[in-house]
Amino acid sequence: MATAVSMKEYRANAQPSTWCPGCGDFAVVAAMQRAMVSLELKPHEVVAVTGIGCSGKFNYYFGSYAFNSMHGRSLPVAQSIKIANKDLVVIAAGGDGDGYGIGVGHFVHACRRNIDITYVVMDNHIYGLTTGQTSPTSEKGFKTKTTPYGAAEYPIRPLPLALSSGCGFIAQGFSGDAKGLQKLFEAAIQHKGFSLVNVFSPCVTFNKDQTYDFWRETLIDLSEDESYDPTDRAKAFQKVSETDGLVKGIIFQQERNDYQQELPNYDPNPLVNQDLSQPGRDRDDLLKPFM
Amino acid sequence: MTNMDFTWKIGGAQGEGIDSAGEIFALTLHRMGYYLYAYRHFMSLIKGGHTNYKIRVSTEKRRHRGDQLDLLVAFDQRTIDENLYEMRSGGAVLYNAGAFEPTFPGDADVVPIAVPMQQIAKDHGSIVMTNMAAMGACAALTGLDPSSFDGFIAERYGKHGDEVVANNREVVRAGYQQALDATEWRATLPELPASEKGKKRLFLHGNDALALGAVVAGCRVVAAYPITPATDILYSLLKLLPKYGGVVLQAEDEMAACQMAVGCNFTGVRAMTSTSGPGFSLMTETMGLSGVSETPLVIVDVQRAGPSTGMPTKNEQADAFQAIFSAHGEIQRIVLTPATVEDCFYDIQRAFNLADKYQCPVIVLTDLVLGLSKQTVDIDDLDFEQIAIDRGEILDQEKLNAIVANSGYKRYALTESGISPRALPGQEGGIHIAISYEHNEEGHEDEYPINRVAQTDKRIRKMSTFDPAEFGVTTTGVSNPDLLFVSWGSTIGPIDEARELLAQDGISVGHLHVSVLHPFPTDAVRAAIESAKRVLVVESNAFGQLEQLIKLNVGHFDHLYSHRKYSGEPFRVYEIEARSREVLAQSESVQEVG
Repeated sequence: MATAVSMKEYRANAQPSTWCPGCGDFAVVAAMQRAMVSLELKPHEVVAVTGIGCSGKFNYYFGSYAFNSMHGRSLPVAQSIKIANKDLVVIAAGGDGDGYGIGVGHFVHACRRNIDITYVVMDNHIYGLTTGQTSPTSEKGFKTKTTPYGAAEYPIRPLPLALSSGCGFIAQGFSGDAKGLQKLFEAAIQHKGFSLVNVFSPCVTFNKDQTYDFWRETLIDLSEDESYDPTDRAKAFQKVSETDGLVKGIIFQQERNDYQQELPNYDPNPLVNQDLSQPGRDRDDLLKPFM
Repeated sequence: MTNMDFTWKIGGAQGEGIDSAGEIFALTLHRMGYYLYAYRHFMSLIKGGHTNYKIRVSTEKRRHRGDQLDLLVAFDQRTIDENLYEMRSGGAVLYNAGAFEPTFPGDADVVPIAVPMQQIAKDHGSIVMTNMAAMGACAALTGLDPSSFDGFIAERYGKHGDEVVANNREVVRAGYQQALDATEWRATLPELPASEKGKKRLFLHGNDALALGAVVAGCRVVAAYPITPATDILYSLLKLLPKYGGVVLQAEDEMAACQMAVGCNFTGVRAMTSTSGPGFSLMTETMGLSGVSETPLVIVDVQRAGPSTGMPTKNEQADAFQAIFSAHGEIQRIVLTPATVEDCFYDIQRAFNLADKYQCPVIVLTDLVLGLSKQTVDIDDLDFEQIAIDRGEILDQEKLNAIVANSGYKRYALTESGISPRALPGQEGGIHIAISYEHNEEGHEDEYPINRVAQTDKRIRKMSTFDPAEFGVTTTGVSNPDLLFVSWGSTIGPIDEARELLAQDGISVGHLHVSVLHPFPTDAVRAAIESAKRVLVVESNAFGQLEQLIKLNVGHFDHLYSHRKYSGEPFRVYEIEARSREVLAQSESVQEVG
């Protein structure tokens, strides 16, 4: 039973921040807390999973149950937590390096596996915690400490990657639009299945190109386009291609059975609550196939 | 003893139904009341190459395929070429006459038996039934009734319709008749006591037993990536877990698989991952995560011959060092090494209890020959009640409330035992971060030297109650022996037989088998080594990993000798026996460099 929840309950468990003043990630945490409050989800019913990087500290400041895994590995842990206890609301949070670099294999498979979790990527086009190296979403030619002559590689485009991998909910937000973010998070959490919210979250210290002003000036708000139909995958591909992904709002949404619903003998009772002693009583049945 | 056993092998190219013929013959004899041990020789390919299936038939339990071969069924010349060395003198080679004209070396003392198995199959059914013609011929040569296979044929081929069943039975009978007419050669099956006839027993391999044990232990999720020779664990669990709402999750890679096992355990669900060497290497980072975040984790490594891709279908015990030492930094862990099918069943249950109790990774190291060799096991030897599920210090809501009211819940509390009680996500008052960084009691990142030392000491302290001697060693044979075998894992079978042969010769011989490699059962191993005149460490690797562990944990001994095999093939009894006699013959003053 959901009862009224307050921001205070989340903040009570949160640690003081070590992010740079002005970091886009603050708005992401706050918007996620507000989304939880709005959906009346209590902190103990929520698990936030992170990997490593500035983004890896998301759950230090968020205030729910949390698992801080290793670099790139938030998604496998988050998916398995949902498998183990589907009554929990599970959020994975990471950055562009964590999610689209070292963890991109897990990302693609999480999209197609469709376990009911929400993945938030704080995409700042730079490696922040290691003080400024090129990232998988850095634009070609972007100069950083490890690419003094400009990045040689073409960037990962998360939206078409998610679209082609079977992701059932794809949205993009911007740290400068806190209200918009909250709405996207609420929709993502309510979506049954794997959902991606890619958030342009400026790194004010190491990225002087993709700034708040840059995103404010460039992003097209899809929610203002009444003709846009986010349930049409082909149109979504077209849109992100035409705009080079410089959009915000819900890009694609289509429900299908989540992974657990596809399993044989699907049991609505969470695994964590099951009686472990039953096989001990089924000895004859279990041994019969080996006779 | 060995000479009373019957050994049989069928060989051909992969894809010719060799395995299924082997299994039908084995199961038939198993259900008659014999003890069976089956050994598969195979390659990492789908069609072609050479594969064979050997069985040993005895009236008492044997954990070894047998050194010799009485009857070889050859579908091609390569089967003869690759297996003739194993034939006992006077043994027989039943070959697929018409398909090829066999050649034997001049000194081969074997009886060739020509039966046109392929032609028989064609005449009475179809060419795919060639292996059933072989079954019939083997029945004739071993004194079995051709109806012996009728039940199996119905079981296996019933789904294809009555005609297929009838044709298979006819092919068996035709093969039977032609073999009877073709030769006077007969093999004698060991005599089965009346009390043993038709006795119900189990026929399974280590991977099956391990899967069964996992389910009994309350494991509800296995996340894994397919890999030889561990994939059968997934097949078994696919049959078992859905009954209990459990999940077999094929992950995108072994890193994800291992992380998933950690995530489930963090949430309170017992989960494991199963793999072999190459996958185990990829799990190294997650072992470290499990160690520092104090999240239970069970990893099964069915060892195969490495390094790197190595020999995927061949046996080796060379992952001990990796199990014990891998992962950067220093973490607590437990490494169990089952020796038998029964051990697989029990050790995986112990592994889950230990992982929950000590909140650390527990690695179960089996190997290919243990994982894939089906054998007869007495039903009573898989006791479902022997090991009770013990979840360790997981707080229920009431206990958690009391802690919250008293001092507040701290996930990494510096307790006296070093074990910090776990709250599970979903519980009120237990909110915490399980974390890969060094952390303080609250689970917050913390690099202060005093904290670092306190948390490290806590993690070391929690293992102090673990006693490897509790189930870590078994001793057989005489005490204070002239020769003491020391071993781990699946080598126990051939060593047992070598020990019996030596004992029959009046040699004083004992055997210490180590079932926990880490933490090492130092005291028990020292006592045994010190009590023996000579010690022979037998293991399937080139570097002598157990021997090195003895040197590391126990010390250097002048009377320690080694016998290592790293060809990819499991030990043969005569090899161990010969090496033993060599060691016994060494003058006491001559020391060998291992």
